[in-house]
Amino acid sequence: MNAEAIIRSIEAKHLKSDLPTIYVGDNVEVGVRIKEGNKERVQPYRGTVIAKRNGGISETITVRRIFQGVGVERVFLLHSPIVAHVKIERRGKVRRAKLYYLRDRVGKATRIKQRFDRSV
Amino acid sequence: MSVGILGTKLGMTQIFDQETGKAIPVTVIQAGPCTITQVKTKETDGYTSVQIGFKEVKEKALTKPELGHLKRASASPLRHLKEYRIQDVSGYELGQTIKADLFNPGEIVDVSGNTIGRGFAGYQKRHNFKRGNMTHGSKNHRLPGSTGAGTTPGRVYPGKKMAGRYGGTKVTIRKLQVVEVDSEQNVLLIKGAVPGKPGTLLSIAPANIVGANN
Repeated sequence: MNAEAIIRSIEAKHLKSDLPTIYVGDNVEVGVRIKEGNKERVQPYRGTVIAKRNGGISETITVRRIFQGVGVERVFLLHSPIVAHVKIERRGKVRRAKLYYLRDRVGKATRIKQRFDRSV
Repeated sequence: MSVGILGTKLGMTQIFDQETGKAIPVTVIQAGPCTITQVKTKETDGYTSVQIGFKEVKEKALTKPELGHLKRASASPLRHLKEYRIQDVSGYELGQTIKADLFNPGEIVDVSGNTIGRGFAGYQKRHNFKRGNMTHGSKNHRLPGSTGAGTTPGRVYPGKKMAGRYGGTKVTIRKLQVVEVDSEQNVLLIKGAVPGKPGTLLSIAPANIVGANN
């Protein structure tokens, strides 16, 4: 086996197979595993996917939401065990791969049109 | 010290700690299988050590003296030989193979190999000098500045940092952690970066802890 195949076989053990197809502009709910003492619970984090980075095991999405009037962006390593689940709530219709322009907008201007041709 | 293993760097990736969920950056190393080609003892050589060989090659790639040396251990033609000084050589026999399962997950190791060669490198790359203004009429962009005083001493002191060959030297990265061992494929996963590009020859040995009695 060559080097690339060996590295891929190591990564394969850590890859998740049950991830949905996520597109930029989607509204998603990410279940974040949180440890408190020795108890573990899953906290949902809802927001808009404003960026996606493909990279096999280091694939990430950036999820933006407005929390108490303050914009919050979290980057999730999709294959990490900290991400318990990803649920698509709404498919968005956008014309850019990165929605960084949403950072400069407030209120109604941050809305994204819904698209219906992709199943949730 | 105890016996280490030779291997080649395959590349880097990241894996996840299943308990904490944290991403661990790892270097993938193809370690071994190595053959013991010589056991040196106090009586015959004046010191004790074990020599191992790595990477099978065609017979025509080696010289007759090299082949003769390997024939004593009844080993196949091997490209690289390396010696590890150890206190006690009992338990090591000629022709014995050393595999990646020499190490266990969690063990601390030293990894040495040749760094990436950077050729004739300037002051900024080689010694982290600051550079001058690129604009505003400045003509000093990447020059070294002063190299010392004038008529007294009338020379540049030895050891002055200057441009020159950089990289391509043997470096040991100490106290790296073994994350995973795949004894079937002879693959080691070591946390962090190691010297050289993929394909470089590496020596992985148990960590040399200063002050520990061994």
